[in-house]
Amino acid sequence: MKIPGLPRITGWHPIATTLILAGAMAAFARFNYGLGATTNLSDEFPWGLWIGFDFLGIGLAASGFTIVAAVNLFHAKEYEPIVRPAILTAFIGYLLVVLVLIIDLGRPDHFWHPLVMWNPHSVMCEISWCLMLYTTVLSLEFAPIVLEKLNIVSPIKWIHAISLPLMIFGVLLSTLHQSSFGSLYLIVPNRLHALWYTPLLPVLFFISCIASGISMVILESLIFARGGRDLLPTPLRANLAKIIAVTLAVYFVVRVEDLLTRGAWRELTALTYYSLAFYAELLIGFVIPFVMLLMERVRTSRRGLYAATLLVVVGFAFNRMNTAITGLEHYPTQTYFPSLIEVFITLGITAVGFSAFSFIVKYLPIFEPVVAGPRRRKEVVTGPPEPIFISREGGDLESR
Amino acid sequence: MSQKKAMLIDLTLCVGCNACQSACKEENQLPPNEEKYLSLTAYTALDKYNDLYVRRMCQHCDVPTCVSVCPVGALSKTEAGPVAYDGEKCIGCRYCLQACPFHVPKYEWSSTKPRIQKCKFCASRLARGLQPACAEACPTGATLFGDREELLVEAARRINAEPARFVPRVYGKDDVGGTSMFYISPVPFEQLGFDSRMGKTPMPMLTMSALSKVPNVLSVGGVLLGGVWWITNRRAKVQAFEASQKKDPTRPPEDKP
Repeated sequence: MKIPGLPRITGWHPIATTLILAGAMAAFARFNYGLGATTNLSDEFPWGLWIGFDFLGIGLAASGFTIVAAVNLFHAKEYEPIVRPAILTAFIGYLLVVLVLIIDLGRPDHFWHPLVMWNPHSVMCEISWCLMLYTTVLSLEFAPIVLEKLNIVSPIKWIHAISLPLMIFGVLLSTLHQSSFGSLYLIVPNRLHALWYTPLLPVLFFISCIASGISMVILESLIFARGGRDLLPTPLRANLAKIIAVTLAVYFVVRVEDLLTRGAWRELTALTYYSLAFYAELLIGFVIPFVMLLMERVRTSRRGLYAATLLVVVGFAFNRMNTAITGLEHYPTQTYFPSLIEVFITLGITAVGFSAFSFIVKYLPIFEPVVAGPRRRKEVVTGPPEPIFISREGGDLESR
Repeated sequence: MSQKKAMLIDLTLCVGCNACQSACKEENQLPPNEEKYLSLTAYTALDKYNDLYVRRMCQHCDVPTCVSVCPVGALSKTEAGPVAYDGEKCIGCRYCLQACPFHVPKYEWSSTKPRIQKCKFCASRLARGLQPACAEACPTGATLFGDREELLVEAARRINAEPARFVPRVYGKDDVGGTSMFYISPVPFEQLGFDSRMGKTPMPMLTMSALSKVPNVLSVGGVLLGGVWWITNRRAKVQAFEASQKKDPTRPPEDKP
């Protein structure tokens, strides 16, 4: 029964609350009893589900830098309405990944050590720095939205002044650490299965994160559209879909070419644990969505696009989990499957992410940047109306 | 101690008495049971292949993989040879466990303040001018401690003196860029559980091929993106100007952006 004026009762809240509570209890157990008692990690398998989650979270949060670059650096202003949702997605994604990383560390109380103890030869060190710096960039990109709501304008002016170098820095940091997650495995040629180990890992990780990041943006816009807030007209969404198709094609060519030159394709001639995982990943995440996105009919249909981008994201998850877990297993003697506590912590943190998103969307101007922008911006800059921070014309510089 | 120290393990001399492991456990105050594989309580372990005994321990590589991957520098290669570990710096990322080509570091999984454990090459004994506990305890001379260069000469001398007795290879001389633990053996090393696919290039070089591009990405990428922004921005302004010109041709031309 639906009573007008009262909020609808949905299943989402109890589920999210349960997951978050279970996750909190699991986290409590992890901190109290240590990693050995609560996870299935071991000397043979020191990294597991949580590292996979980090890969996923960061990869999907690539929407942040791709859209910011497209709109503000490449001037695709028509995509402006999705900049704020993309930044918010990325910001939440990165905060969650940092949280999971800290839980994953053997010594969470030492999490700040990379700040002061450097080792420039370590990919892990580079990633820690990129994560910290990019999360800072994201918080600065996000801050104007909060400040705007609170009507505090002077810091907005300050952030606006540095927005161009800030955005460029953010895009570069993303390029670096998105690929560096692949570089993490460059040092284990003896352990990682030949179907996933390649010197091109960083390149492949970078290309695939673009496809998954844009897919996330499309998925988000489709989900909002269902709630009655269509941020992107269909032709624009179809254009984004074209970019995904091109990215998938590039990825496929590089991946296959690499398998051929290294001779790793021989692993694919028999149906094994590994080759099946590989086929699943490549078909679900790359081949099928690519073929789908080639069709105009799919690109312009909400349902078709929903399916195709969902496949990209799922295939992306497959790829990252295969690199982080499957490829390192010695099937069938040495395998890894996450413990319940690992799973609960992961689900709990994911639920925190979704809840934070819906909460923030409710109270902050995420969807109305163009409406909210001109009204307050007059105090900040002069010039043609445009939203704060999100777009930036050179005219501002001269008129100041 | 300017000369790098090393150990030569002559598998033909080892009789499997386990004196090395006992001495190691005593030195490091570990429970005195005999173990076949490296663990938290066995910094060295004695495995058996047919009638050959093979000691395992940290190889104390010249260009150590673990040292290169550690984000906080908790692992370091000391001048005398040992790869040292500082548990106070360690954040517990376990990248060293993942990356070590010899599967050496072991993690204190059951602790809430875990550290890694591995052979220390008796660094404190070396500093006092003593040899490692295991080398001192070895009754047959199967484990021989000395200067790295001298031991390499000695290993080559033994192989050349009795070519029928040894395979012509000093394991560790240049594997993964060279280690501090040399093995000479009567049978091919692949039969003794040694990984033969590792090559002579230090593992950290694999990472450096990607990491060395970081400064380039920052500088070239920064200029490139700045340029792209300048061009697209300029184009938009020119378009806006032309549009305004059409509407109002009397507008003074010096307004042109």
